[in-house]
Parts: sequence; C-alpha cells; structure tokens
Amino acid sequence: MASTAKTIEPIISAAWGKPQSWTLDSYRKRGGYEALKKALQMEPAAIIDEVKKSNLRGRGGAGFPTGLKWSFVPKDSPKPKYLAVNGDESEPGTFKDRYILEDDPHMMLEGIAIASYALGVHTCYVYLRGEFKFPAERTQAAIDEAYKAGIFGKKVLGKDYELNCYLVRGAGAYICGEETALLESLEGKKGWPRLKPPFPAVVGLFGCPTVVNNVETLASVPAVFQQGADAYAKLGTDKSGGTRLVCLSGTVNRPGVYEVSMFTTLAELIYDDKYGRGMPAGRKVKAVIPGGSSAPVLGADELDVAMEFEALKVKQTMAGSGGVIVMDDATCMVRSLWRVARFYAEESCGQCTPCREGTPWQTRLLRKIEEGRGEPGDIDMLSNVASSIAPYPPIGLGNTICALGDAAALPTHSFLMRFRDEFEAHIREHRCPFGDKPWGSFGDWS
Amino acid sequence: MAEPLFTSEEQKTFDAGIAEIISHYPPDRKSAGMLPALRLLQEIKGWLPPDGLRLVAKHLEVTPERAMEVASFYVMYHLKKPGKYVIDVCTNLSCSLWGAEKMLAYLEEKLGLKAGEANEKFTLRETECLASCGTAPCLQINEDHHESLTKAKLDAILAKLS
Repeated sequence: MASTAKTIEPIISAAWGKPQSWTLDSYRKRGGYEALKKALQMEPAAIIDEVKKSNLRGRGGAGFPTGLKWSFVPKDSPKPKYLAVNGDESEPGTFKDRYILEDDPHMMLEGIAIASYALGVHTCYVYLRGEFKFPAERTQAAIDEAYKAGIFGKKVLGKDYELNCYLVRGAGAYICGEETALLESLEGKKGWPRLKPPFPAVVGLFGCPTVVNNVETLASVPAVFQQGADAYAKLGTDKSGGTRLVCLSGTVNRPGVYEVSMFTTLAELIYDDKYGRGMPAGRKVKAVIPGGSSAPVLGADELDVAMEFEALKVKQTMAGSGGVIVMDDATCMVRSLWRVARFYAEESCGQCTPCREGTPWQTRLLRKIEEGRGEPGDIDMLSNVASSIAPYPPIGLGNTICALGDAAALPTHSFLMRFRDEFEAHIREHRCPFGDKPWGSFGDWS
Repeated sequence: MAEPLFTSEEQKTFDAGIAEIISHYPPDRKSAGMLPALRLLQEIKGWLPPDGLRLVAKHLEVTPERAMEVASFYVMYHLKKPGKYVIDVCTNLSCSLWGAEKMLAYLEEKLGLKAGEANEKFTLRETECLASCGTAPCLQINEDHHESLTKAKLDAILAKLS
C-alpha cells in the first residue's frame, strides 16, 4: 500500500547512514551535547522532574517510566551510585540498539552524562553483549573522543563534576539482559538473576544504588532537553512520550529498523511504503510477534493496534523491546514455536527449577510434535509444562526469580491459544503438514 | 618443566591489559574484572587454558574455581582449543524464516562437520540470535558478523579463509 502512515521527524535515527555520523564532530554539528550543557545548569532534582514530565518509558522491554526509575535512587545514601547501561540486546527479533551504538553512539553518551549528573553518579558501565564487536569498537572510540573533549573525566564540560565511563563486553548469555543478572555479570560473576526486592535503585552494583537503563532509553534523553519535556511528551500518547525504534524482521519485503510514532500500528509497519512494504507476492500474514520473541503472538486479524506499551497490553501482549517478527501463511507454527522454545532452553541460567527443567521439556515436546511423533495428550502436557513455569494469563511474575520464565512460557501459551488446530493437525497426521518446507521459501536459500 | 603460558610479548600484553582492567573497578572489587580479563586471555591464547584461568584468578584475587565457574557459564569462552575459525550460525526464528536451517545444512556438508563439531580449521556451531534479524540469515566468524547471506556470498567468504 502507498504511504498513509503519519510521518514523524526522526530523533534517534536522524543521522544513521550519513557520513561519519558516529563521530563527535558530526554529533556536535547536529547540536550534540547542547542538551547536556542545559542540564548541567539545572538542579539534579529538576532534571529528573523533566524526564518524568516527558513520559519517556524504558525501551528495553518492560516500558517502565524512566524518570520514576531515576527517582527511586535514595538521595541520602552515603554509598557511591552507579549507572549501568544495558546493551545486552539479545531478545530474538531485536536489533535496534546496535544501530545506535554503530551509527550515533554520542547520542547515548550524552544521555549517560545527563542521567549520571542527575543521579549523582560518578561511574558508568556500558555493558554490551559479547557478540557486538563492531558496535563495541565504535562505542569505545566515541568514549575516547568524549574523554579527550572534556565530556568525561575529572570535569564534565568544565563543570566541577567527575564522570567516568567504561565499556564492558559480555560473553554470550541472553540472561545478562535481565537487569540483576547484568549487575552480577558486571561484578564478574555468572549471570544469575537476583531476587527483587531489593531493587537495583537501592541495592545494585557492588551493593550500591544503581540505575540500569537501556541504550535506546538513554539515547532518547538528549531530545527531552533539546525539545523540552512537554514537546517530547506530546509526540507520544498520554502515557508514553517521544518516538521509538521498532525492528521489523521475518517474511516482509523490507525488514529493518524504523523510528515510528507511538500511534503507528503493526499493520502500517508491515504494509506501509515507508516501512515494510508488505508481503512478497502471493503471501499473507499468518502471525506476528510484536515485541521480541517472548511477546505473545498475534493473529493476522489483530494488527490494527498501535505499537505502544498500553495498546499492546490491551491485546494481552507487549511492546517489549520492539522486535516485530512476521510469519507468513507458508510458515509452520509448530516449527516456529520450537525455534523460540529452544532459545529459552538454551539461555535458561539454570537457577530456578521450573525454568531449568521446563524449558527443555517444552522443546522436547515441540520437536516430538513437529517430527510427527506427537501423541494425543502432548498438547495438554505442553500447556501444563508452560503453566508450571508461568501461568496464563500472567499474574505478575511466574514461578521463577526473573522474567525469563515468563518469556519462555508466554509464546507457548499464545501459540496454543491462536494456532491450536495446527498443533492438532501435526498429531492427527503424524507429520508436519508443511512437509519438508516448514518455512515457506524466502531469500536465496529456498 | 612445563612450557610457559605466554611468550614475553604476550606477557607484556597481558600485564598491561590486566592492569587497565583492574583500574576500572573499586580497589576492593578487583574480581569484577573477570569477564574482561577472560576475554583478554582468550584474545591472546585463542582459548582459556587452565594455567591461564589460574593466572587470571590470582590477579583478581579469587579462587581458580571462581574463574572456571564464570568461564563455563558464558558460551563465547572456549575451554577447549577451537578450530582456527569459529563459525556461529544463527538459526533462531527470523533467520530460519530466511533459510538459516538450509544454510546450516549447506555449511555442514561443505565443511564436513555437523553443528557442534570441530576440526583444526573450523568449529561449527548453531548459535542463538545475533541481533541481525533484519539482515537474515547471518553468522559470525570469530566474532565478525556476516549478514544478508546468499549462497554466493557465503562461498566467497569461505574461500578467503585459509
């Protein structure tokens, strides 16, 4: 379809793809670090108030209001405070933060400086997933530039306030995107999530008050001060300000990362000429995962929904990390869920029994059904196993310390709810109805 | 006498690297440097030999068991010497929708290895999402990403690996 989606002025992605966009020089020419100058003249409490007013919500998955999170850090604590940046982008279907890190890392660094000053933080750790070699090189180069330019170091833009920023690379563990596992990893340990409460804002890194923010969240902060909190808030809905990045992948004509308004719908993202440009000839949408692989799947008749936290909550799914995965009508739903289930089994940290035992169990059952060995009762068993990890509909956290359990159970519940007939057909016919083509045929490997 | 872990050149790189790493953390929190220190060791040796783990533990003032615990938790650390080229193929949902399973089968046949196997030259593994879902299918070779792979593109990449 032609472009009918509302046009927005890109904020975060404005410079992507332009020559040398990752350099300090380029960032400064675009007004970079002016927001930091403004913020440094404000009282820290006033900065937090501005961010609250902007309705900026966390872009890492949970959508928690950023200003509110910052306000939980105790002001009278004698301990040092820390900022940890979550760049462990590993949720299947999510690939937006790497473009910020590769193409405009200074935007995030400016957000870091503003956040740190507001929170009284003197040390920030930027934690990137281990596989991000190139994004890490670009980010480290930007940090080095910022030190040289007097943005980090003993003084920040001449102000008597010390801020150090260190980059740390993980080593291949999805669980470290969970904020308390990330803190464990930053402390040099295996990534086992901690019980909450206490929340990191009170007891975080090294037992000290810590804010953990996603890369895109921090990259959104400068715009709040450039445009003003009210203007930034007005770009979005009553409860969710600004613009956001969404990642479109799967069987569409033009996958990629797009900056959209909070009013842009899934249908617009998939079909609009500005974004996905629809499905390849002869194909129809069967299913869409709207917010990373842990978000409950939607059917083809449910796409007229804004990609925004509250709107997707009404559909009993979530905006999550912005990873939209489209599956067409030639895609086998059992095979798809098997792939997703395998991921969670692989990435379960092993700390809680329901997740450690339940995630491989789901995977075995799905493989059995997909390979035509399924028996009557297997679907109920699958549903039972998923419910033992986390019941459906969700009533807060499931039976595990962290949300990975829920992330592993939600896809199972939602696939069974919407596509149960396909699971039953596998068992009835003792084979995958899609034969040896469970993925349709796309790209060069069809 | 056992062979020393490092050449003198490697020793210099390690000493400078470990000092830099430790300087990023509070003085009583040296052990926080575990992940970067293991990465440093692996960058020098290509894997994490037991002597190296003991050395890292000593510098960070923890037990060798603790170093091993961390090293064995994260998939990017090699506790055995891998092939010269470690090929990690993503087969998660977005990549599978663009043919990753077939790409893996092609690699298995071409390299004569099943996923999870290794020889001197190659380690072939199935891996989880590499955050390249919009440029599927993808794989990484020794941490370098290769995206939007076609058969021709993959052949050209493999031909360059000597």
